[in-house]
Amino acid sequence: MRLSGRQIDCVRGGREVFSGLDFAAASGQALAVVGPNGSGKTSLLRLIAGLLAPAGGSVVLEGGADELTLPEQAHYLGHRDALKPALSILENLIFWRDFLGGDAGDLRDSLARVGLSHATHLPAAYLSAGQRRRLSIGRLLAVRRPVWLLDEPTSALDAAGQDLFAALMRDHLSGGGIIIAATHAPLGIEAMELRMGGKA
Amino acid sequence: MTALAALIRRDIKIALRVGGGALVGVLFFLTVTVLMPFALGPDLALLTRLGPAILWLGALLASLLTLDRLFTADHEDGSLDLIVMGRTPLELACAAKALAHWLAAGLPLIIATPALGLMLNLDTTATSAVALTLLVGTPALTFIGMIGAALAVTLHRGGLLLAVLVLPLSIPVLIFGVAASQAAISGPLAFGTPFSILCAISLVSFVIGPFAAAASLRHGLD
Repeated sequence: MRLSGRQIDCVRGGREVFSGLDFAAASGQALAVVGPNGSGKTSLLRLIAGLLAPAGGSVVLEGGADELTLPEQAHYLGHRDALKPALSILENLIFWRDFLGGDAGDLRDSLARVGLSHATHLPAAYLSAGQRRRLSIGRLLAVRRPVWLLDEPTSALDAAGQDLFAALMRDHLSGGGIIIAATHAPLGIEAMELRMGGKA
Repeated sequence: MTALAALIRRDIKIALRVGGGALVGVLFFLTVTVLMPFALGPDLALLTRLGPAILWLGALLASLLTLDRLFTADHEDGSLDLIVMGRTPLELACAAKALAHWLAAGLPLIIATPALGLMLNLDTTATSAVALTLLVGTPALTFIGMIGAALAVTLHRGGLLLAVLVLPLSIPVLIFGVAASQAAISGPLAFGTPFSILCAISLVSFVIGPFAAAASLRHGLD
């Protein structure tokens, strides 16, 4: 499987964010997107996720499931955690598992892996920023998808959480997955670097 | 199907929990209707004549009141991005969200109608006519309103814009809803004619609403 972008131009609000961008990542590879604030890291991820239309160029996934589009095979972990404060931890995860089409397995296992198994019936409103992030990461585990698009995935995570997430990412890569992550902090895994801003 | 059922279940659950807003619409409906006899005075014949119109206006405004949160809440917490990316067609997801909204916020209005009919001196026939027209007409209000909610999703104070966009489109529903209720109460028109048109408007809105909302959500995301 290979995810690649060719000559991508991105225009937002009439302003060119980046242009002529090329990137590629194959199965088992991680790509760290780095660059100063406003250089278009989030825009690139949203573009790959199909949430923004490119002004030029294209993004293709080769070797994926034929009948599915790229966004349907990708997980997007954005700044916002997509959690409902009124629902409990377990209910939030069950909803995303059902909506995103995950296997009906035991979600307690996913929750245990992100360190949230002690409070599954607590409403998400009472979670700290780091716990909310852990719960969103649980979504990546509950539903299997080959491409992970991560926007500042380690923000708000404590040191133990960052180690844990690095281990999860390593598992994902060794299972043939692809990771594209916009980040300022080191990811804790071996990754190629895509530098945004300045050069264009 | 699992995905749509999950979406409907989640939205109803959130609406019914604390701060969910499902009861806000009913309370508003109750307030408007209860205050009306005090404003109009104790003229029972007048109340009977105005009753269906008052109930319909109350239900129309009550269903608009909670509609602006239909997509905004999902947009603010990032859920909408994942819904757009999902394998479920966005049109079906929009229809599921509208259905959940109607079950949580529209159905209680119809259940409250018989009690409120008493306040307006409506007899059983009149109350059931109004309840029946509301049952057929309020889904149309939700599905038409959904288009406005999808257009206003990225605006922080989209509520007023929503009302301005949606109210003109709801006028046909109001006209035929009230006309059918009046026909059942006093004639001379047959109940069936305006009622069939009301059903037709609802059916059309079920088709147009989800497609228009999905299209405007796709364009509105950034």
